[in-house]
Amino acid sequence: MPRTAVDIAAGVRSGSLRAADLVEDYLARIAARESDVHAFNLVTDDSARARAAEIDRRVAAGDDPGPLAGVVIALKDNLCTRGVPTTCSSRILEGWRPPYDATVVERLAAAGAVVIGKTNLDEFAMGSSTENSAFGPTRNPHDLSRVPGGSSGGSAAAVAADFATVSLGSDTGGSIRQPAALCGVVGVKPTYGAVSRFGLVAFASSLDQIGPFTHTVDDSALLLEVIGGHDPRDSTSIPKPAMSLRSELGRGVEGLRIGRITDLPEGADPDVLARLDAAFDALAARGAVIVDVTVPAFTYGLTAYYLVAPAEASSNLARYDGVRYGMRVEAADTNAMYSATRAAGFGDEVKRRIMIGTYALSAGYYDAYYGKALKIRRLIANDFDAAYQKADVLLTPASPTVAFPFGAKGDNPLAMYLCDTYTIPTNLAGHPAMSVPFGTGDAGLPVGVQILAPTLGEPVMFRVAAALETAAIASTGAPTGTGSGT
Amino acid sequence: MSAQISRADVARVARLARLNLSDADLDRYTEQLAGVLEHFSDIDSLDLGGVEPFTQPYPLVNVLRADVEAPTLDRAEVLAEAPAAEQDRFRVPPILGLEQ
Repeated sequence: MPRTAVDIAAGVRSGSLRAADLVEDYLARIAARESDVHAFNLVTDDSARARAAEIDRRVAAGDDPGPLAGVVIALKDNLCTRGVPTTCSSRILEGWRPPYDATVVERLAAAGAVVIGKTNLDEFAMGSSTENSAFGPTRNPHDLSRVPGGSSGGSAAAVAADFATVSLGSDTGGSIRQPAALCGVVGVKPTYGAVSRFGLVAFASSLDQIGPFTHTVDDSALLLEVIGGHDPRDSTSIPKPAMSLRSELGRGVEGLRIGRITDLPEGADPDVLARLDAAFDALAARGAVIVDVTVPAFTYGLTAYYLVAPAEASSNLARYDGVRYGMRVEAADTNAMYSATRAAGFGDEVKRRIMIGTYALSAGYYDAYYGKALKIRRLIANDFDAAYQKADVLLTPASPTVAFPFGAKGDNPLAMYLCDTYTIPTNLAGHPAMSVPFGTGDAGLPVGVQILAPTLGEPVMFRVAAALETAAIASTGAPTGTGSGT
Repeated sequence: MSAQISRADVARVARLARLNLSDADLDRYTEQLAGVLEHFSDIDSLDLGGVEPFTQPYPLVNVLRADVEAPTLDRAEVLAEAPAAEQDRFRVPPILGLEQ
């Protein structure tokens, strides 16, 4: 069976592959390994089978189901699916069935994709290891004693374990790119506004973006062409059609300027930095020009992020009050009911972020914290703008380390927050970035190289990604994104 | 600005955020939030005079839709997900008078 969305859709559309067989193939792998990996909060086997049968019927009738015909997709469980439980891996939403589909879910359906389940995440996407799920952690398919990264750990693991051809996650501070790196798959955080957020349960609205996890760069390009483009239901959606990306992949990198950030914050492990160096070398060997740039405000990203994101979260999560959906703890009056419901329904990290955000927004502290953080966002954006005068894209590690063992960050929230050092500035600036698997580091675990680009710079970002993927295949003989699937 | 956060501050913030916290929670959060705020002091020395706040990654203004009727969510489907509903409405406990 083919493993990529491009090959599967071609096979299903031509009639040489049956969507029903593909679904059974994926369900068999899920049956064999899901109890170890725990990528899913819910496997929608019945609806996937029904949907695949419908796709096959349409092909048999001479109909074209679309560019994702028969492609099996897993959705992060913070994407609303009408009538299908959407929990955000939180007790407070356990059992909730949204009355509408997210825009991306509608677009996937219109393109012929088959949804196979809802994937695990750190509660409300707050975390970098998927250890903060109310329903238990997801394990890294490459090494079950280690985390898959987070917060979209279930979506990354689902692709790495071949439980789905592709998946969608969300990225607020690195929640697609970091787990993609740790699970050895491609993960993309698009330009803010390039993909509709309608139906994505809000964490930090000025930072959140939906994006794909795939085995190949080409599959990510295909997914973004399907889910991208203007949506009137998201007022921050960029009023332009989806970018054409697949046509960029074969263009090579000759003459492109690849930026090396000379004042990048320290903290990355030597095995990760060695792969980054190898990526620069590979691009230079293909005719790219490596240039040194500085992004001085990069180093303040972590602080700005951990003020802005919790501030927005504390506001967004005010809606979980036990009135309209989710759980309620009954009490004598509304205030007591809100406070009891929220105390029982939210996990530790979510409460901590609500507290940080409420504090940062509270009277007397707003200017010192939130106001200052917004100015640092400006500095970061300005510094990136200056760097992009000299370079077409920038390269950094996606994660400072390879996948780490469970419990490695202990009960120290800051240690976990530092996982996002290299991914956060992208979100603060609203830029696109992606992680591409580029060999292995310590313990033979995957390393991801992150490509950063300016606003709407996805076309050039994908050119570089395709070149890195080709280089990785040439050096290892294995396709990138090869999971440890059975 | 990186003043120590006190247990009383944490209790006040928890009230604002409508979170019932136990005494043990308050102790733990006080310590953890102090550590996080300490880390945030790296921005204390930055000169941000004259820097415009960045509030929108992709500036758009006055995003409006046409003023025409469109279907809304199905009321029965929405209320079916509510913890309590009555007479086509969300049902809540008393709002006034019972808070201690």
